Amino acid sequence: MMKGKSAHRGMGSARTVVRSGARAGQDEALLHKVARSHNLSDDEFAHIVKVLGREPTLTEVGIFGVMYSEHCSYCSSKPYLKTLPTSGARILVPAGKENAGVVDLGDGLAVAFKCESHNHPSAVEPVQGAATGVGGIIRDIFTMGARPIALLDSLRFGPLSEARTRFLFQGVVKGISDYGNAVGVPTVGGEIYFDAGYRENPLVNVMCIGLVDPKQLARAAAKGVGNPVLYVGSSTGRDGLGGASFASRELAEGDADRPAVQIGDPFTEKCLIEATLEALATGEVAGIQDMGAAGLTCSTAEMPAKAGTGMEIEISLVPRREEGMTPYEVMLSESQERMLLVVKKGKQAQIQQIFAKWGLNAVAIGTVTDTQRLCVKDQGIVVADIPVKALTDDAPVYQRPVKEPAYLAKVKTWSPKSLSVPSDYNAALLKLLGSPTIANKAFVYEQYDHMVQTNTTLLPGRGDAALLRLNKPDKYLAATIDGNGRYCYLDPYEGGKAVVAEAARNLVCVGAQPLAVTDCLNFGSPKDPEIMWQFKECVRGLAEACQAFDTPVTGGNVSLYNESGGQAIDPTPIVGMVGLLEGKPLSAAFQQDGDAVILLGETREELGGSEYLSVIHGQRAGLPPRVDLRAEKALQQFMLDAHRSGWLQSAHDCSEGGLAVTLAECCIMDERQRHGVAIELSDEAVRMARRADALLFGESTGRIVVSCRPEQVDRVMMFAKRRGVPASRIGWVGGSQLTIGTWLSTSVEALNTQWRSGLQQALTTPRAHGRAR
Amino acid sequence: MKAQVYITLKDGLLDVQGKTVKSALDELGFKGVAQVRMGKYIEIDLAEAKPGAARQEVERMCQKLLANPIIEAYRVEVK
Amino acid sequence: MKFGVVVFPGSNCDQDCVRVVRDVIRQPVAILWHQDTSLQGVEAIIIPGGFSYGDYLRTGAIAHLSPIMQAIKSFAEDGGLVLGICNGFQILLESGLLPGAMMRNTGLRFICRTVPLRVERVDTVWTNKCQKGQIIHLPIAHNEGRYIRDPQPHESLAEQVVFRYEGTNPNGSEEAIAGLMNRAGNVLGMMPHPERAAEDVLGNTDGRLIFESMLTAHANA
Repeated sequence: MMKGKSAHRGMGSARTVVRSGARAGQDEALLHKVARSHNLSDDEFAHIVKVLGREPTLTEVGIFGVMYSEHCSYCSSKPYLKTLPTSGARILVPAGKENAGVVDLGDGLAVAFKCESHNHPSAVEPVQGAATGVGGIIRDIFTMGARPIALLDSLRFGPLSEARTRFLFQGVVKGISDYGNAVGVPTVGGEIYFDAGYRENPLVNVMCIGLVDPKQLARAAAKGVGNPVLYVGSSTGRDGLGGASFASRELAEGDADRPAVQIGDPFTEKCLIEATLEALATGEVAGIQDMGAAGLTCSTAEMPAKAGTGMEIEISLVPRREEGMTPYEVMLSESQERMLLVVKKGKQAQIQQIFAKWGLNAVAIGTVTDTQRLCVKDQGIVVADIPVKALTDDAPVYQRPVKEPAYLAKVKTWSPKSLSVPSDYNAALLKLLGSPTIANKAFVYEQYDHMVQTNTTLLPGRGDAALLRLNKPDKYLAATIDGNGRYCYLDPYEGGKAVVAEAARNLVCVGAQPLAVTDCLNFGSPKDPEIMWQFKECVRGLAEACQAFDTPVTGGNVSLYNESGGQAIDPTPIVGMVGLLEGKPLSAAFQQDGDAVILLGETREELGGSEYLSVIHGQRAGLPPRVDLRAEKALQQFMLDAHRSGWLQSAHDCSEGGLAVTLAECCIMDERQRHGVAIELSDEAVRMARRADALLFGESTGRIVVSCRPEQVDRVMMFAKRRGVPASRIGWVGGSQLTIGTWLSTSVEALNTQWRSGLQQALTTPRAHGRAR
Repeated sequence: MKAQVYITLKDGLLDVQGKTVKSALDELGFKGVAQVRMGKYIEIDLAEAKPGAARQEVERMCQKLLANPIIEAYRVEVK
Repeated sequence: MKFGVVVFPGSNCDQDCVRVVRDVIRQPVAILWHQDTSLQGVEAIIIPGGFSYGDYLRTGAIAHLSPIMQAIKSFAEDGGLVLGICNGFQILLESGLLPGAMMRNTGLRFICRTVPLRVERVDTVWTNKCQKGQIIHLPIAHNEGRYIRDPQPHESLAEQVVFRYEGTNPNGSEEAIAGLMNRAGNVLGMMPHPERAAEDVLGNTDGRLIFESMLTAHANA
């Protein structure tokens, strides 16, 4: 047991922080400097002293620093995350207990899935930031014993006319492509938005999905006192160590105070996937966790905390790729592609052999103890000795002040009264179709291998959600990832509801029953009461919608402090949702000339927050469309039942760009077959929307455009009426034009050309200003 | 000894990456860039202390693995 | 007909190939680990796609030095059937079992897309179920698919071309070559992925023609 300052000076490593002969006073100054660079407040420091019963060592300050960070402790968000619904009949692993959520699919199969963000690293080095984001989330999945089968990503960038945006956008796409393709996990879906608010703070949210036999789920608890602890994977370097780290060692003159960028190695990760799954299949692994954020620290703290045990490790045994690393550096390093395993006593060699076969390090670095403490030794000398609960369950939680933002007053009073309607609706539609957020994304998804593993049933762009075949005929897993920062800025609560509603609609449009949610909550600084209010309200909306749809939240990620120069991003909660289809896939594009087109749902005068308002009028204003959760649920159920009965030919959710854009997409999104369509909207519809532009481009929620064979129309309409789902037959598929009333008539070819060239055009038109770096 | 290996595309082969880099340099305003060819630079730390033997060893490495003789040429420097 | 599917560290499409052999054409299949030297009595070998050794240094450069490749070389020299798909094609080129080399796509981007191919020869083990000049559609997914002929050619390659890209050349491949066999015709390398187009549920079965051709050739041998 250590006493007082002797523990601090007792750090045995050659490159200790303290110059030999330094006085106690200098040690303390350094200690506080490091604490501050970790954003540990004086209160938190005092708390640490109390927990330990003494001053912490440098290594301990580092450990507390990362574990108390927002990213690891969720200190600002926990109180609100607790309000999300997390239970359900199919939930096999409760939220927060393991690395990912797990949902039962029946027939001996379960799906493990989770979403994570890698925003700040991607702003610094977009290729590696995105790549390591992909690597990290994949590890969270296979650490559960699940084979990763798909990735989806939700991305946000600034305006594409700007050089920096182009640099970030192309870098992120390359990073996801390089890593995902090499590791052999297909990227099957996603979304990309371009908006000025993300200019300095891009968002890179990646979702991974894996399949596992529920009876073979791996757990992250360090069970079994006396069991050996194995470090497997890449060697440890100084990746991710930043200002705090440089403060912890004597710097050579001229060292840049910048974190070493983490570089991803997808080849090692692929080997790690195979070795890990093979090792788990032996049944001799008692617990396993990946080393993600806060690397070795997080796993050595969380694993014993979950099991009620302790852990002792000898840090000099950790394989390193740099010279002279201090214990602090080794504990905090964020080197990629590493896992921590707790192996059943006596089975260590067997497990090590498996990793050796795949060319990976597998070194015993410690043991599970019964002390409920994390004890880190360096060549036998204790450099850290902390109760694990203090680092995890008992980490400080903050009830940050909230205040309704002042800007909302103006939002609520905005009206389209002074807004002019387009003089040329055709031109407006073409402009919307060509705008980067709406335009076709083949340029992006063709850089992703979306077919490897041969499970991808609906190729990107063919349906509203991705569909992956499962272990039985006519059984598929559906997945989507959705968000809308602008809605959430203008009305956080309705916006939160809208995001979940859209995800569920996307799933039912391919015929799948929504099952569960993972979320990625991207916000500005929690220290700003207005932003904290946005957070609170978004979570309130998310919670209510997830409750109403019976889609519990199985886990996720929070990314705060997405801001620069005092300018925060729009509150952007991202929702990843999975669903189950037992039947035939439903595509989004019109399938056959002569089919009837039916609009489900109602269009109101709701132009607030729409793409139309932004792209055509350059405004970001007004309350976003309202979400009626009961109507959404009725619509979802109707869709599933109508599809099961075999009545539908296609289904496409109405979202960005409104009805006109949705109809255009139905005409052109399947490159194998393009169809025209003639649409007539009823007087009643016109009356309800009040304005033609609201009718054509407004984004009222709860709407889906379906098509069916003419002989099914009556059945569909009667069923909708019985279910209380508003429905109107609005037209017929055929011809070579998209015609809507007397407002617009454009050739399908023109729509197609505009939609398919929009993104690349935006990328290549002369730059507005600035250079990439 | 330390070996430095330069691996370059054989002359006559279209170097798409080099071409792209040249365009980017042109755009940045660098004048008079006639051509850009991209290759690989590899550093190898060897236990072998005699320069002659080290060079021979590294040349064998190039022949066996580091360069593809169909499309690449190599040059070895040893210090 | 017993198939062997080779697995290197970094191979990605091995299980996809196993699935087609086992479940679609219903033949016995063995995994050939790169460190093995035994071919387990297989009658046809598939070197699948992926990123063996991460494609580090050069794609296929390190894989072709694995112990299993020695056995495969002898197998091929004795007339055994060897099908290299994507990374597999790259490995066959690096090992000298097929002539030429592979470079980065001219667009400098990874391309994942289903493309039309023209079947140039049908009197082969690989395409006897196709019609001459038939256009089939197969998915490609690669960063390095630009085929380059050996700049010191001795004979014409024309007889050895089995598939060419039809219409737009997606990667700048010389003579739009998408699939090439050796002079003896028992080794085929192709960049497109037939195993991704062998099942109805995936919406495309053109790839099945290649596997069925192999079975037919074997039955008639």
